[in-house]
Amino acid sequence: MIPELGHFGLALAVSLAAAQAVLPLLGAHRGDARLMATAPALALGQLIALATSFGCLVWSGVTDDFSVSNVARYSSSLEPLFYKITGTWGNHEGSILLWCLILALCGGVVAAFGRDLPSALRARVIGVLGFTSSGFLLFALTVSNPFTRVWPPPIQGESINPLLQDPGLAMHPPILYAGYVGFAIPFAFAVAALLEGRVDAAWGRWVRPWTLAAWCLLTCGIALGSWWSYYVLGWGGYWFWDPVENASLLPWLTGTALLHSAIVVEKREALKIWTVLLAIGTFSLSLSGTFLVRSGLLNSVHTFASDPTRGVFILALLAIVIGGSLLLFALRAPVLSPAGLFAPVSREGAIVLNNILLCSITAVVLTGTMYPPMAELLFGAKLSVGPPYFHDTVLPLAAPLFAAMTLGPILPWKRADLGAALLKLWWAALVAALVGIAVGFGVRQAFAALGFTAATWIILGAAAQLVERVRLFRLPWRASRERLGGQPLAVWGGAVAHAGLGVTIAGIAGMALASTSVVAVAPGQTVVLGGYEWTLLGLHDAPGPDYASRQADLRVTRDGRQIALMHPARHNFTTQQQTISDAAIVTNGMRDLYAVLGDERDGQVVLRLYVNLMAPWIWLGALVMAVGGALSLADRRLRVGAPSRRRAPRAIVPAE
Amino acid sequence: MSRLLGVIAVLLALTGGAHAVSDPAEMLANPVLEHRAEAVGGQLRCLVCQNESVEGSNADLAKDLRRIIRQRIAAGDSDRQVIAWMVARYGDFIRLSPPFDAMTLLLWGAPMIAVAIGVGVVMLARRRRFVPLAPLTEAERERLDALLDL
Amino acid sequence: MDALTRRRLLMLGPLAIAAGAGGAGAALLLRMHEGRYDPHALPSMLVGKKLPAFSLPGQPPSPGFSAADVTAQGRPGVVNFFASWCVPCVEEAPTLAALKSAGVALWGIAYKDKPDATTRFLDRFGDPYVRVARDEQGTVGIDFGLYGVPESYLVDASGIVRWRWAGGLSADIVRDDLLPKIRALA
Repeated sequence: MIPELGHFGLALAVSLAAAQAVLPLLGAHRGDARLMATAPALALGQLIALATSFGCLVWSGVTDDFSVSNVARYSSSLEPLFYKITGTWGNHEGSILLWCLILALCGGVVAAFGRDLPSALRARVIGVLGFTSSGFLLFALTVSNPFTRVWPPPIQGESINPLLQDPGLAMHPPILYAGYVGFAIPFAFAVAALLEGRVDAAWGRWVRPWTLAAWCLLTCGIALGSWWSYYVLGWGGYWFWDPVENASLLPWLTGTALLHSAIVVEKREALKIWTVLLAIGTFSLSLSGTFLVRSGLLNSVHTFASDPTRGVFILALLAIVIGGSLLLFALRAPVLSPAGLFAPVSREGAIVLNNILLCSITAVVLTGTMYPPMAELLFGAKLSVGPPYFHDTVLPLAAPLFAAMTLGPILPWKRADLGAALLKLWWAALVAALVGIAVGFGVRQAFAALGFTAATWIILGAAAQLVERVRLFRLPWRASRERLGGQPLAVWGGAVAHAGLGVTIAGIAGMALASTSVVAVAPGQTVVLGGYEWTLLGLHDAPGPDYASRQADLRVTRDGRQIALMHPARHNFTTQQQTISDAAIVTNGMRDLYAVLGDERDGQVVLRLYVNLMAPWIWLGALVMAVGGALSLADRRLRVGAPSRRRAPRAIVPAE
Repeated sequence: MSRLLGVIAVLLALTGGAHAVSDPAEMLANPVLEHRAEAVGGQLRCLVCQNESVEGSNADLAKDLRRIIRQRIAAGDSDRQVIAWMVARYGDFIRLSPPFDAMTLLLWGAPMIAVAIGVGVVMLARRRRFVPLAPLTEAERERLDALLDL
Repeated sequence: MDALTRRRLLMLGPLAIAAGAGGAGAALLLRMHEGRYDPHALPSMLVGKKLPAFSLPGQPPSPGFSAADVTAQGRPGVVNFFASWCVPCVEEAPTLAALKSAGVALWGIAYKDKPDATTRFLDRFGDPYVRVARDEQGTVGIDFGLYGVPESYLVDASGIVRWRWAGGLSADIVRDDLLPKIRALA
């Protein structure tokens, strides 16, 4: 019964989405207020139908309903309840349903919080969201249906991939998808603006909060994925330039460019075409990412079971959505009136540079990811592109970006004096240079030295923004402090977000200095690594709910004082015949102690030990970036979107 | 302070990288050669894994390849020769960093091409504002002078 | 060309790029469907080149063989890498037996396998080979550019590799690819 209800909810959502696509757009075209007013109701209706459908799928998993083929293939009654719930999105069909749910949520959120938008714009935005939704829902209903049944139902499910049985799994996909799909809203705004034929400062202000929200979520999603692979895959790596990781990075890069571009549209009514194109491009990259992952075209760690028929459907969907919006762009964008002029050296100019560099990095990552299949298609050559390529090409582009991003917020609008601005940052440059020299001479590693220099420059530069605004040392203390308190949240948000990037860069630089050791030890033996003594106390069995496990007890001491007791383990999952390593990680915020258990042989066991310097900062930095974004989002000026209705001036009656 | 220097000294000796070398018996005795072997292994793709390096993978084939890398380095091959040896048997696919030849021109040129296109588009977009006017004709010039009362 | 037309052309750029990418994606999907594109497959570097030099010990009771032995009789042969722990090898055993009856010379190399396990495998699934050698370390396999088992290499009479198949040989592949090539070489 419940799966049928879910199936019905899905079908209902398709029809509501179709209505949501057609009616409001028609209404906006004709100026029919009644049709336009159907938009919020339809969006909310679709959301409710789809939420019910999703709930039914989760319920089927929780109650071990193995007549649902999705549950039979990817779940098992031996799993803990948590993984029965979160495993719903650990496979292709379930994750597509989650995708659709979040897309519907976007429509619902615009319906609920977009009340102060002009009705035509809101109708168009919801209409475009409905159009995209109906495409994906149709895909889910026809080719990728999670509610198909298997009869007779098997006694036991095949269970989830053991690698995915992890709390990180619960959080990574929903947040990541919320980010990916969240960019549908700026996309819808861009298409709506093109349909209306008008992009103005008000549009810039309205689009920003949605872009910020999606960006924050995507930042968290990517960071969670990276952190998850760090502690699950067992060798301390956190980013592999794997095609699916790149697919999530691409929209993040253009999304960051979009965020900054939208500021210029709002403040100066310039860069309209860039901004609209970036909004369309970011969501297009999200969609293309979906295509690449699910079609099996690429060689990747993450691919779901691939199926070319799905690939064809998604490609067709992409052709309609992306092709359609870019065609609209080609037709309508040239007549968007440019307004604000600005000199090359100005805040607008800095944001243009920012756009160029971010888009160049995007182009490079895209080229690298797509080159193997393209080379095979065009030249018949079989090559592969891996991390060394990306390091060699992205870093030279990122370096000027890091250098310039401190300068941008300090430059005034319209026209600026570069020399004067640089002078304001003299102290940040000095400290950064000193840090770089100190690290360089200390560890003799150029990468780490440059990394720490960049990080210091960016963090201090972010502080410099605030220093400038409060005119520190140029005004009396109290005046400065008052100014600081009076700064709008958006300024704090920007500074914090920039600083967050600096923190992440420091983490990456620190990881380059990590020390590692692979040893075969017997219980009782000690290894010295990174200034710590690691002693293997013993090995024992430790079974879990659906796995057998072998666990080691490792004591870490420093100068005789116990720092940690670690328990790296190896789990053997009987159903899938897979052995997974469970690394033990102990962190103190500045460094991670990381231990992995290897094979046992002749009374000895292989241990891989790492001291990862500053590893936590990588993900901490991402969190700080997201906090910065949230602070900006909390700024009232952003949320009070529409211009207040000015009352008609009272007729002046001349004094008689 | 001395402890910090001590830590740094240890760090100098063991710089990190991705390894899944699962058996310390695999490693070469000479740390310099071992370091080179790890660097070479990090540049080669594990062919039976999804997107891992030979150095970082647990697969059997990767173990064999790691062993061969160490044998050849110990026998005196340069890094380039070891990689060429691998490419002769498995093709360019085994390299994680593609070779620099006519086919990969677009790939390696991507950063410069992208920036050039970006800057080009921006300059093109700005230029349209400053469309040079046609020079004045004689009659127009006389009218202008008259208006300016020169 | 006036400024507006130039702008319009510029704005068509993104659409053109997307269309190109989409076309490429469609072409790749089509090829994948036809089996002509596999992101995980690796073409062999040996095709068109001489067999790498090797000399391997025999799997008792067979004597071992070297690269020269394969072509000593002046006719084409198929070098087949297999192992007892490999499932597709079990599946291809009947195909190999059929090849033997068709008169094709099969030279087997047991890849990274224990001698008694290989003996059991051959006893159970049949021994279609002219000779069986053992590559316990896997070094010869790497010289061949092997990346999994089973793999089969068609060698012509002069010792040049003409064709390689990674994976288990099925009746279809033998009929459509291998046998025609062998006939062409005769």
